Parts: sequence; structure tokens; C-alpha cells
Amino acid sequence: MEQKTDTLLELHDLSVSFRMYERGASQRELTVISDLHLTVRPGEIVAVAGSSGSGKSLLASAILGILPDNATVRGHLHYKGEELTAERQQALRGTEIALVPQSVAYLDPLMKTGAQADGHKKPRPTVRREQLFARFGLPKQTGRLYPFQLSGGMARRVLLSTALLTDAALIIADEPTPGMSTEQAVEALTVFRELADDGRAVLLITHDIDLAFTFADRIAVFYAGTTVETAPAADFKEGPDALRHPYSKALWRALPQNGFTPIDGFQPVAVRLPAGCLYAPRCPHKTAECEEKVPPVREIRGGEVRCYRFTGKNGGCDVS
Amino acid sequence: MSLNAEHVFFRYGRKGPWILEDRSFHFDRGERVALLAPSGSGKTTLAMLLAGYLTPQKGRILLGGAPLPGKGACPVQLICQHPEKAVNPRWRLEKILAEGGPLRGELLDALGIERAWLTRFPLELSGGELQRFCVARALAGGADYLICDEISAMLDVITQAQIWNVLLAEAEKRGMGILAVTHNRHLATRIADRIETL
Amino acid sequence: MIRINRRKTTVIYAILLATALLLIYAFGLLIPKDALAGSFQEAGLAPSPAHPFGTDALGRDLILRTIKGLSVSLTIGLLASLIAAVIAAVSGIAAASGIKAADACVSWIIDLVMGIPHTILVLLISFALGRGLKGLLIGIAATHWCSLARLIRAEVLQLRAQQYIMVSRRLGKSGAFILTHHLLPHLMPQFFVGLVLMLPHAILHEASISFLGFGLPPEEPAIGIILSESMRYLSAGMWWPAVLPGLTLVLIVLLVDRMGDCLQRILNPVHAQE
Repeated sequence: MEQKTDTLLELHDLSVSFRMYERGASQRELTVISDLHLTVRPGEIVAVAGSSGSGKSLLASAILGILPDNATVRGHLHYKGEELTAERQQALRGTEIALVPQSVAYLDPLMKTGAQADGHKKPRPTVRREQLFARFGLPKQTGRLYPFQLSGGMARRVLLSTALLTDAALIIADEPTPGMSTEQAVEALTVFRELADDGRAVLLITHDIDLAFTFADRIAVFYAGTTVETAPAADFKEGPDALRHPYSKALWRALPQNGFTPIDGFQPVAVRLPAGCLYAPRCPHKTAECEEKVPPVREIRGGEVRCYRFTGKNGGCDVS
Repeated sequence: MSLNAEHVFFRYGRKGPWILEDRSFHFDRGERVALLAPSGSGKTTLAMLLAGYLTPQKGRILLGGAPLPGKGACPVQLICQHPEKAVNPRWRLEKILAEGGPLRGELLDALGIERAWLTRFPLELSGGELQRFCVARALAGGADYLICDEISAMLDVITQAQIWNVLLAEAEKRGMGILAVTHNRHLATRIADRIETL
Repeated sequence: MIRINRRKTTVIYAILLATALLLIYAFGLLIPKDALAGSFQEAGLAPSPAHPFGTDALGRDLILRTIKGLSVSLTIGLLASLIAAVIAAVSGIAAASGIKAADACVSWIIDLVMGIPHTILVLLISFALGRGLKGLLIGIAATHWCSLARLIRAEVLQLRAQQYIMVSRRLGKSGAFILTHHLLPHLMPQFFVGLVLMLPHAILHEASISFLGFGLPPEEPAIGIILSESMRYLSAGMWWPAVLPGLTLVLIVLLVDRMGDCLQRILNPVHAQE
């Protein structure tokens, strides 16, 4: 497999499955993420956008190697061109790769927030932390409070500061903004933008498409546990003609500010995944090939797409 | 007939900070109102007060001039943000639906509910699929008002469009009042006649 | 190799336990009275193929006596835990019903009962009710329901705050419907785990009270009585009447306890997939 030297994180055909109990004592494999393909380069914000409960958060856990014991990961994970093994994950997480967790329950309830944000490494970044807290509009005494004394939005801003205080080259932010006011959310994403401009990379996992549009460089469209298309954010601003995958187009048309037109059908759940393209059951352009085999990733017009029917010819709109 | 919140005060416990202070709100049957506010501004609390899930410490919630009925099916129904919390995980979906009233085939079809889902348990369905059931359950009785608290915030935009199109059509047909609580300005402008902020 | 997961382990424990209990119980019923009678020619024999557990000072075969005793102990233990679990369920649900007086009353009784050491309380109740089966049953049941009642109370309180219960109420469902359709089915697993985990305690308490002479009458071959009698001959070098029946009791109690543990892990959603 060829490695581009300028990529920071590269995921190839990543699958995550869980061993679960069914009725009685028999167990089965449940595939939650399948054949996921994603690259993150230094200096960019990549948004992974998809509905809640579609396995986006597991992607963060898989990269950091913090999945529960009954999970299995298949496929390739590369960080800075080298295979990301379990040992490397352990060495890198918290230093090279930082996580902004989704749940405020990730804060230690028995530790003051200031000490938590500083971390255990010396010298403690107390001054920088105070600056960061001030920037996020956290009152001065926040560092001396315990997590239960914070509101949801404050706790999120503390979590965000905790990740930003590390010198991580890659920051994985899992739904960092809920609970924040619009100004605070914008401030948080502005900080991400600055970090990216500074040469670091941000993987922004979110279900808020509008947010992804505004701040990300590239958007990976997540559907039923895989990325069907990765496109520059500009393509999403331009409209369905600039997009590649039929699902991305349908997504664009369903936005309230655009058509608000739904399509039939529903996302397949992990228990009953189709054999071929995961979008085939809802796709108006599907062929027999789509239903049999998962389409390979192809690069077209600066984006990546998994679709047999989209060739990029005829001005790139042979699938509408 | 209209649904009114009159100078409502609410807080949790006896010493907590006021979440709502002297808040009034009014909407009529047949009206489509969006309540646009960021998280943490008390909009969920207001939604729960209007639907009778909570009672205000001071002030009144009036439906057509009278307090909300304490017994029987409430004419004001609430649909919540997290459908997986609003269904009993040990029940099959047909039982969950039947809790609202008799099943209506055409409503299930409009919402895209597959008949095969009826015999499954909530854990086997995704959030979007479950939310369709919660909408169907709220519409099954004779509700006059529907309060939708961020019902599509956790769903993908396609499901969001699907559910809202059904809800708006049904509200039109039955002359229901709809209050959509949301933080998404685009969604609010798309669905409402009147936008309120908190 | 066949992988054995937690659910299979639990099933194995359950089968082992059920078989052991059934065998002991059936044997206990089937053993004729005269098989338990002693003959002085065989008094104080050490374990041998003819008498695997040996015989006691009165020449009674100890393995038969142990089985008979266990069957008596198990019956009492099971009955007592069942009564205690029912008390726990009723009082737990009542405490969480939202009526403040009921909650205060139940909590006060729980604190009161838990404030006195179990053994002393069982002893007092059993003695006050004239020893025997009735006294023991009531004594054990009255002391063992507290922790399960607390558990059920907390569970019901938490359930009542669940959104789907509030939705049910606003859809016009009655309190009785919510109790029978939402609450009780949810509490069933808790109830059974509580019952199974209570069983070993009840058996041990029965044995210890009988051992002290405040439980079953001495002619009844309960395990506590056997152990109590054996003490007199221990100094004479007769170890088997104490050790072998005692070990059997420990084995049965451990088996029940392990099964309760496994059951709990399966039914607890946090650990269910381990």
C-alpha cells in the first residue's frame, strides 16, 4: 500500500465489530463501522458528518485504541506513515493525539477542573490554561470548581481546553459544541481553525452539518458506518451538482434551507447490513453490481467517492 | 382555544437557580410556532411545563382557560429529543405504538414505518426509526397540540425532512397547534409561521 | 476448542445447582425413618465405603443425616428468602410510590432492623415465637428483606423518573397500568437475583441458629443440629461429624452464591456484554 508522506492519519478499509449476545447464550458479530476510508492531512479540519448513533464516536475510540473488550478492529490505521499498533496508540494518545470527548461524564468527578485540564505533565501549563479558559468565556474561578458545579456547556469548554493544552498534532473532537451558545461554539471552532493554520490537524466528528460546512476544509459523509464520500467543503456550498455520491446529493436536498425534500427508505442498521454498497437499497441509480460488491474508493475532482455509477464524466453529473 | 403559559416560574428543588422566571407564552390551535433558542436556555423546561410533565412553582399553564387535565390522555403531547429514552426498552414496538391509541395504517405508511419493525425491540432500531414511532404514538390519540422538543436534532437531515413533512401535513389536516423547539434557524424558518426566542 | 462465555457458565452453574438441590431434596424425602436410626454397634465409625461420611456417636449414618439435614435447611432457607423477597418488593415499591409518609415509615423500619445484628434479632424472634420451624422462618424472613427493599426502592425511584413512564402517564395510562406493565416486568430480574443471593445467607443463618440451640428441635436432623452435636465429640478425635457435613454445607452455599453472581452480571446491562 502506498503511503503519502504528507498525510497525518490514514484509515484504510477500517471495520469495527462487536461480539454481542443474542437471545440465549449464542453470540454474533455486529459490524458497526465497515470499510471506512479517511485521510487527515496536517493543517486541515476534516469533518465526519452523519446522524447520531451511526457509529461516529466509535471511530474516535478506534483511532485512540480505547474500544471495549468485546470489539474487534480490522483494516489499516496509519499515523505519520507508520502502522498504528496498540502500543503506539497507547504511547500517542494524550500526547500526539488528543481527544475532546463527547460526554461531559469524561471529567473526573473528584478532581478540580483546573488540575484536570493541566494534566499530570510538568511543568504545568497553568498560565496558558487560564488564558484559554478566559478565551472560552469561563469565569476566573472555574479552575477551582469540581465538575458537578459546572453547567453542561462549561464542562464542554473545560474538556475542550484539556485537549487544546496538549501539544497534540491531531485533535479528535467528538461533538464538541452541544450545550454551548452560538458565540461559544464559534469561538471553539475558531480555535480549531487557528490550530489547523498552525500546521496541526483536527478531526471534527459532528451531526451538525451546518457547522461542518462553515468550518471544515473537507467533509466526510458518514452513512451506516462508512464514509461514502469525502468532498471539499466548497462542493457542499456549491450544491448537488458539485457533489459525487447520490447520498450526499440527497442530504443536500433534504436540508431545511434547500429543498427539505426527503428520500424514501432508511439507513440500514448494523444487524442487517446489505452485502454491496450500503446505500444501494435507497439508491435510484443502483445496478446489480451495486447490490453485490462494495464499490472501491475512487478519487474524482479532489474528492473521494465510493460509487460504481459515478464516473466524473459528462461534467461530473452522470448521477443526479 | 389556545395554550397559555402565564407568568411561569420554575426551578428544580427548593434552592436551585430559577430556570424560567416570569415567562409567558401563548399559542393557538392551527398555529405553527418555532421556539428558537440555544441549549441551556430553559426551552426544554418550558416544553415540559406546557405538556404537563412538570408543574411550575408559580404561574399557571392553561389550556382553553382551564388547567391541563391530570387524568386521561392529555390533549397536549410532547415528543422528545431522544426517542430511545421515550420508549420502554423491554417492549415490542407494536405495544409501544398501541400505548398512544389504535394503529393507523396510512400514518405508518406516511412515516415510512415498515410492518416488520413492529415485532422488534427498540434496541434493534436506529434513533431515526424510533423517532418515527414516537411521532406516530403522539399522533395516534386525539392530540390538539404537539410540542416537538428538538425532535430532529439527533437525526440525519433526510429523516428530519421526512418526519417534519408528515407532521406538518397531519397538523394541517387536523388543525393542530405545533410548537417546534429548536436551535436550528433554517429549520425554524422552514416549518413555522411565527418564530419566538427565549 | 469450545469457547465458554459467561452465559454458558451461568447455565452450567444453574444446572449443577438445580440437580444438586433436587437430588438432596428428593433424597431427603425418600430416606425412610429407620435408615436414620442408629445402632450402637456402629457408633463412632470413621469414613469408610459403607459409610462415606462415617457415623456419629449414636451410630447414625452421617451421609444420610447430612442429606436429610440439608434438605430441611434448604426448604427453610428457600421459604424464608421467598417471604423476605416478597416483603422487600412490596415495601420497596411502597416506599418509592411517591407518598412521603410511606417512604419515611419503610426507611425507618429498615434502619431499625439493620441497626440490630442479624443473628441476635433472628435469635430473639425465633425464641419469642417458641423456636421450631415457624419461629425460624419468621425470624429469618424478618431480617433479610432490608437490603433488597432498598435496592428495589432505588430502582423504582429511578424508573419513575424515566421519560417513557412520564410519556405513558400523559398518554392517559393509569397508575395500575404503569405498575403492572412498566415497573414490575423491569423489577423481575432484580427480584430473582436478590432472591438467589439471599438464599445462602438464609441457609447459613438457619444453620447457625439451630447450632446455638434456638432453632429447630434437636430430634430434627438439621445441619445446624448435626454440627452442634459434633462439637461434643471433636475433642475425642471424631473430626468427621463436624468436617464433612460442614464442607457439604459450604459447597452448596458457594454454588448458590456463584450462580447468583453470574445471573447478576447477565442481567446488569453494564456488564452484560463482558
